[in-house]
Amino acid sequence: MFLFIVFALIAIVAGLGVILSRKPVYSALFLLLNFATLAAMYIMLQAQFLAAVQIIVYAGAIVVLFLFVVMLIGGGELNAVDRETSRQGDKANIASQRSSIQLGWPRLTALVLAVLLLAGVGYGVITGQLHQPTGTAAAFGQGSVEAVAATLYTDYLLPFEMTSVLLLVGMVGAVVLARNE
Amino acid sequence: MVPLTWYLVLAAALFAIGMFGVLARKNAVAVLMGVELMLNAVNINLLAFWRYTALGELVGHAFAVFVITVAAAEAAVGVALFIAVYRQRDTVNVEELDAMKG
Repeated sequence: MFLFIVFALIAIVAGLGVILSRKPVYSALFLLLNFATLAAMYIMLQAQFLAAVQIIVYAGAIVVLFLFVVMLIGGGELNAVDRETSRQGDKANIASQRSSIQLGWPRLTALVLAVLLLAGVGYGVITGQLHQPTGTAAAFGQGSVEAVAATLYTDYLLPFEMTSVLLLVGMVGAVVLARNE
Repeated sequence: MVPLTWYLVLAAALFAIGMFGVLARKNAVAVLMGVELMLNAVNINLLAFWRYTALGELVGHAFAVFVITVAAAEAAVGVALFIAVYRQRDTVNVEELDAMKG
């Protein structure tokens, strides 16, 4: 109960951070935090395999892709403002003050969320609530790799193969689109 | 154990946040991040319903795996699109990308 509240709180605040921070880099990092808390949520739902997939695919691939693009094409919503203020040398002090105020809140939010996350994980480790099977014995192990693979490769074999085709199409499309003519 | 409703409320909140991000942000990359938030909210719903109602069959799991796959493909193509657009027009601000008079 306590763990759910902590992780839900972090997830929602991180989600708000994603859409409210002006700089896309902060958005991407808040998105990473959101994905991590959702992985914890999956573990509490006893979907261990999906928790690992969540970390590998989302945190490992998608967020890195976002960060890569954000750093490649720069692109902040502040860019136009930044360019204007940097031209006026005498107002540089005011601009830097303002930007320090604007940069202040993601840092503060991140600190609060980090403390919350530490409290949540520490509570889970100390009380053993993170790795204790709550509910029936049959429930535990339902979300394991074995069970998920058995389902995916028998009942959902055709959709599974089709998603692999989708991934191939996506890859080819990405390469074609991003190719330098 | 946490009631099912709590998970649904959390998923609804995250979905609403993502929807707001999609509609309100001007940076196209941020819009894509909003889409990812929405997809994740759906995943929470799928897994919560699997855990609380249909534990025997792994339908929720299978669908969650497919959602994650589609999200990965979508992110890759979307990001490639943004790079192509940025090469042509030097911006990914969705309000300036009005070539189709939308």
